[in-house]
Amino acid sequence: MAKDKKHNTEIVTKPQWFDGESVTIPMLQILKEDGSFHKGADMPEYDKDLIVKIHDTMQFIRTLDERMIAAQRQGRISFYLASRGEEAESVASAAALDDGDMIMGQYREQGALAYRGFTVEQFMNQLFSNEKDLGKGRQMPVHYGCADLNFMTISSPLGTQIPQATGYAFGQKMDKTGKCTICYFGEGAASEGDFHAALNMASVYKVPVIFFCRNNGYAISTPAQGEQYGGDGIAPRGIGYGMKTIRIDGNDVFAVLRATQEARRLAVEENEPVLIEAMSYRMSGHSTSDDPTGYRTREEEDDWKVKDPLDRLQKWMMNEGWLDKDHVEEHHAEVKAKVLAALKEAEKVPAPHIDELINDVYDEPTPLLKEQLEELKEHIRKYPDAYPKTSGRID
Amino acid sequence: MAKMNLLQAINSALDLAMAKHDNVYSFGEDTGGFGGVFRATSGLTEKYGKHRNFNTPLVEQGIIGFANGLASQGSYAVAEIQFGDYIFPAFDQIVNESAKFRYRSGNEFDVGGLTIRTPYGGGIAGGHYHSQSPEAYFAHTPGMKIVTPRNPYEAKGLLLSAIFDKNPVLFMEPKRLYRASTGEVPEEEYTIPLGKADIVKEGTDITVLGWGAQMEMTEKAVEKAEEDGVSCEVIDLRTILPWDVETVTQSVLKTGRLVISQEAPITGGFASEIAATVQDKCFLYLESPIARVSGIDVPYPLCHEKEYMADHLKIYEAIKRSMNY
Repeated sequence: MAKDKKHNTEIVTKPQWFDGESVTIPMLQILKEDGSFHKGADMPEYDKDLIVKIHDTMQFIRTLDERMIAAQRQGRISFYLASRGEEAESVASAAALDDGDMIMGQYREQGALAYRGFTVEQFMNQLFSNEKDLGKGRQMPVHYGCADLNFMTISSPLGTQIPQATGYAFGQKMDKTGKCTICYFGEGAASEGDFHAALNMASVYKVPVIFFCRNNGYAISTPAQGEQYGGDGIAPRGIGYGMKTIRIDGNDVFAVLRATQEARRLAVEENEPVLIEAMSYRMSGHSTSDDPTGYRTREEEDDWKVKDPLDRLQKWMMNEGWLDKDHVEEHHAEVKAKVLAALKEAEKVPAPHIDELINDVYDEPTPLLKEQLEELKEHIRKYPDAYPKTSGRID
Repeated sequence: MAKMNLLQAINSALDLAMAKHDNVYSFGEDTGGFGGVFRATSGLTEKYGKHRNFNTPLVEQGIIGFANGLASQGSYAVAEIQFGDYIFPAFDQIVNESAKFRYRSGNEFDVGGLTIRTPYGGGIAGGHYHSQSPEAYFAHTPGMKIVTPRNPYEAKGLLLSAIFDKNPVLFMEPKRLYRASTGEVPEEEYTIPLGKADIVKEGTDITVLGWGAQMEMTEKAVEKAEEDGVSCEVIDLRTILPWDVETVTQSVLKTGRLVISQEAPITGGFASEIAATVQDKCFLYLESPIARVSGIDVPYPLCHEKEYMADHLKIYEAIKRSMNY
């Protein structure tokens, strides 16, 4: 598996130090903040249908986020994580992939899942952890997963999915599937040991994996620059592992499309792992449990508002005649109504049956687990009022 | 049948598993062409190619993270951690990821094809970091299976079951017995069920329970006790998680006495779990306190290894104390 590459190190006779700025990586931008293209920019493959689908998905996610943050504030769901400001990253990168490619995410990539076709009902069922949730109500909100859509179930521990993506892609390569794996993570997660393990192994094994880092400036309250890392962000690390690397404007749908399309080609046709560092800004709080006013300024947030990925795309689409103000408003109202209807519906669906508590720990419940469930049921029968979710339909 | 030591039996199981399915992969530090520091994977690269049996970079969390991903893709991933003592960097991947993969996804995804092989245990002058028995750390983890064999026959049958079991399995190999334990082993494929304890010898006066390398100590102690006229029922637990409560409690209901031996330190060791469960289920039948013969609560020592180990004399004394209670 090791490639034949000799250490051809040039010899110098005076100390020659390389500092953190020996390599500085530029940022690919195609669509300017004013909604026009850079002259001579290298364009991705796209057509109107694709761009409209990307736009509509971004708007859906933004609307879903707004509504569900409100629902959390009203105490209707326990927790939520928005992706405001980063919708272009997940949606446009998913648009550059084949539907058969595996997606492994961190938790702020619901846009990729929506692009693949996860329905508003499916989102709601997970958020309300009801009996229609594919995850059987076991994980916190926003921990989505769907085998049919090749979207690996999200887990909370940061960075764990990164070496898993390397392993998954290894299997895809060995099985000659012609598919790849994309793995999303934030710049904070890139400080975990699993990031190092994953990129190094991917480079050694030459597997078809796209590491997609969302550098949004903050890991909860910790600013990226100076407190998460001392170097030039995440991108130079890819070079250190011997990997093709690019930095892009994560708020530019066209830059994300262009880079991910090329990354996919490199991954699938040449078995080259690729690192993409997408620069963006987490416009919302980290989660509904976080208030960003405690650690950053209104001015900084305003600076980023003018770079908003959805506004930028809409400006361009309007110039192009692919979108008009009325459509935006109509579409927004339509999506809002759909989200609200689905919310009200999902809220009414009961929790999964208590028997689901012991299923899927193993492929079959063990004798000890069955015994523990029976004891629990006996207890619930004794105190039905204390366990209203299950006591009504225990047998 | 062929005479094999425990390493050869493991090598034979890997060989048969890899022959059976193209998507069985074996990997770890130095496990490639070199065949592993204990030679458990020797010959596999020559036979199945460098893409089926290969080296990994030196990173345990990466090995298990990679293995989780590969297993979730539908392959059989047989990962080696060079020593059980070095499994802790992968603790997060095992406990938070492997063990919960199926449950958290509602069975949308699983890593049932994962097997983690690791040499464990003392008695080889390995000091702190080449001697540990970490089973109890993992036994507190719903979703994992933990298996350890006592001899070459058991090793091959249990490993073949572990590789093709639909759940992630931690397979702990008693390295003290790698070459010391030999026996007749079928050359063809066979399996031994997981989750089933083995009654090695029937008896009526006392139940003596252990697993892995500790079974050798246990059997020696029992021989001595039987010379004194004590009829011992000897049980090899084989699977630590999920463990065979039924077989163990049935035995204690019959004998009324239980001695459990383990290599690991006593506090928080798996013997404590067994003792608590047995006293709960067999309270009225117990004739004496349940005895745990263990390592003491210190890091695994070098110069005092002999004193530290839960050897046959300590087990023998525990049997006598129980009988004379």
